[in-house]
Amino acid sequence: MGEIKAVGESTQFIVIKLGDEQYGIDIKYIDNIIRMQHITRVPKVDAYLKGVINVRGEVIPVMSIRIKMGLEPDVETKSSRIIILKLEQQGTIGVIVDEVKEVVTLDNDNIEKMSYDSKDEKASFLFGVGKCEGGLISLLDLNSVVLENV
Amino acid sequence: MDVSQYLEIFLDETNEHLQNLNTQILSLEQNPENMDTINEIFRAAHSLKGMAGTMGYKRMQTLTHDMENVFSEVRNGNIKVNADMIDVLFQCLDALEEYNTNIRESSDEGTNDNGALIKRLNDIMGGGSGEESGKAASVSDAPKANEAETSSKDSEKFREIKLNENQQNVLKEADRQGKMVYGLTIKVQESCILKAARAFLVFKAIEETSEIIVSDPSSQDIEDEKFDLYFSLIVISEEKLDKIVNAAKNVSEIEDVVGGVLNMNDVNSAKEQEEEESEASQEAVPQASVTPAKAADETPAQAEAVQVQPTVQDQAPVVTPAPAAKKTTANKPVVNRTVRVDIEKLDTLMNLVSELIIAKNSLVSASTMSGNSSPAVNEQIEYLESVTTSLHESVMKVRMVPIESTVNKFPRMVRDLQKKLGKKMELYMSGEETELDRTVVDQIGDPLMHLLRNSADHGLESAEVRRERGKPEVGSIFLDAYQDGNNVVIEVRDDGNGIDTKAVKNKAIERGIITPEQGENMSEKEVIDLLFNAGFSTAKVVSDVSGRGVGLDVVKSMIESLSGEVEVKSKLGEGSTWTIRLPLTLAIIQALMVDIGDEKYAISLGSIQTIEDIAPSDVKLVQAKEVIQLRDLVIPLVRLSEILDIPSKKNPEDNLVVVIVKKGDKQAGLVVDELIGQQEIVIKSLGKYISKCKIISGATVLGDGEVALILDANTLI
Repeated sequence: MGEIKAVGESTQFIVIKLGDEQYGIDIKYIDNIIRMQHITRVPKVDAYLKGVINVRGEVIPVMSIRIKMGLEPDVETKSSRIIILKLEQQGTIGVIVDEVKEVVTLDNDNIEKMSYDSKDEKASFLFGVGKCEGGLISLLDLNSVVLENV
Repeated sequence: MDVSQYLEIFLDETNEHLQNLNTQILSLEQNPENMDTINEIFRAAHSLKGMAGTMGYKRMQTLTHDMENVFSEVRNGNIKVNADMIDVLFQCLDALEEYNTNIRESSDEGTNDNGALIKRLNDIMGGGSGEESGKAASVSDAPKANEAETSSKDSEKFREIKLNENQQNVLKEADRQGKMVYGLTIKVQESCILKAARAFLVFKAIEETSEIIVSDPSSQDIEDEKFDLYFSLIVISEEKLDKIVNAAKNVSEIEDVVGGVLNMNDVNSAKEQEEEESEASQEAVPQASVTPAKAADETPAQAEAVQVQPTVQDQAPVVTPAPAAKKTTANKPVVNRTVRVDIEKLDTLMNLVSELIIAKNSLVSASTMSGNSSPAVNEQIEYLESVTTSLHESVMKVRMVPIESTVNKFPRMVRDLQKKLGKKMELYMSGEETELDRTVVDQIGDPLMHLLRNSADHGLESAEVRRERGKPEVGSIFLDAYQDGNNVVIEVRDDGNGIDTKAVKNKAIERGIITPEQGENMSEKEVIDLLFNAGFSTAKVVSDVSGRGVGLDVVKSMIESLSGEVEVKSKLGEGSTWTIRLPLTLAIIQALMVDIGDEKYAISLGSIQTIEDIAPSDVKLVQAKEVIQLRDLVIPLVRLSEILDIPSKKNPEDNLVVVIVKKGDKQAGLVVDELIGQQEIVIKSLGKYISKCKIISGATVLGDGEVALILDANTLI
């Protein structure tokens, strides 16, 4: 995933909020964004797996990025959304975010690759930082976000 | 010419022929004198050769050709079947299988000439090249002799073809140029499914050497499959008749090709010829009256030749058409008409049915929610319900195939094992006609093969040991399949040594899978379950057949991935039984919906035995576990609210609602809060992302759009 395209090319990201921080998700992995709905709990699974939902007749697992990243548990508000991601390896999965803000186009020049800092747990879920008018956006490395805890 | 569109048919048919050959050669080994078997083998080899030739797979064609030669010799009684020959033949089949795999993967047969095999085949024939050609001749002679006997008016239909002036001129011109004019009548096998495709291949084969002038019925009609079993052609060619006839015969599923030279004089007087024929046919039928024939004679004008035939028929209605009509009814294919359908299309269909059922469920819940449903609406919903249920059943039936296609290869495998292991054994199969979902049938082959090999290698003792133990020297392996309610059961049984639990225990301790203390306390069943552990194999020597330790755990996980389960029963010295239990369908089930706390769960109706109302005082404790006594049976209780971590909403003083589920002969009572009712549910996978939860076998979408989880009762027992 972390591949950076040739200079001059740009990538579109959807900007989401988790707490006060802004994160970016590469738009090519996004299948759908839906409002919060009732999530059916699945017993005996890791805490970050919130359960399953029905999206157009398909049963899709939903996870909490917050719990996965070691943040406070989600508080459901009016602006909470579930983003449905389509990943090559893990298939379709939903993630809960506090808010979906906008779509930004980042020139690849404006994406700074993350220097890997193993001390910061959150940093291992990122592949870079993007600069744009709205400030800095942490770009999520979805594979490591979605990856199962070993 | 592009034949790729026929590739699928070719591959399917090759598989069938190979399977057939395998079975037949096996039975030939048992019964080397059986003429029927030999003929059947010859036919299959011949069809294979023809098909490979048509598709341009020369190596495959050469190999089958030589196999066919051997069979032809056997058929003529020139050589006898012996063990060596059977071995070579099996190797040939393997080689053909390999070609087939190559073709399937790359649509190319590969470069392996299998020269060694061909040489051995020729050695079997035991003759030089001179004899070879003699054989080739006898091959083509034999069927011809048959033809001559059966050759009736029917098979020479080409003589009845009416020619218009234009065509006559073409033929005359060809005649003048010294080319030959032939008539051909081709008979397609009754069982042939794609007659038009066969006809096309015949056309193609003939066009290589000759020019087709007329076809009857017209080529358009043939393309649209508007013909019975026969079609006739008039061709001009410079080649010999034999060559053209053989080219046509090489197309598979062509039963018969009759050819003859057409005399130009016949062509000139098409009318006369017809009259002769109609007269001849009338003479053949004694009760025919003379008048119609005379009337036919009087029919005027040569140019109207085309109309003669109908006139004749009109006037002699009893004579010609009646037998013809009888003939056609007799020729109508008796076999079921079938259509080959891509399994993906069936999957789509099944998904659509699932959607429909979800929509129906939504409708049901919407109408109960609104509360003012009129009787008319309810009636229609009930009607819809019965339609969707039968729709689902029919789609399910479409997807069901007999397990025959999978288990048929086992006799051959057991035979090979027998040679490899040096043990005597016999495989007895029953219930091959038991039907299962196509996807399950496709995947059940490997686990079954593992179990059979396991029985052959570990289970059965060597002949000496068997003799000492007073058992028949030839070991028996049984493969039985049958339907049991909503399940299909497949049993692999042997009368061998059985599982030595002590050896298993020692091995497990040695491998560090269990500690000696654990071993002390293990029940026999628990020890046997150790066999399904990854990396466990008790075979003292690693052999080709088994002993790599990648057997039984793979078997177990494969069967579990099909929502099935596997069980072993064994008695030391008497043999063991492996029981595989598979659900009939994977997609839609009848389920009981229950409430536990705030959540809704579904339990498959197939595993539910009864539902009981139990007073809290009837719950007893045995070894600190809750049990109830029901009709003399002690059944352990499982409180689902505890297992699923949901606080129960029920008052502990109230009677318990207990759902009794069974798995094999074991039972358990699941305690739930409330029963909601029975419902048809569509099983959706939770995806590989949530695979850790063993007690949940899937999820389903309820009428109100919410997701309910399906409890796997089997894991709770």
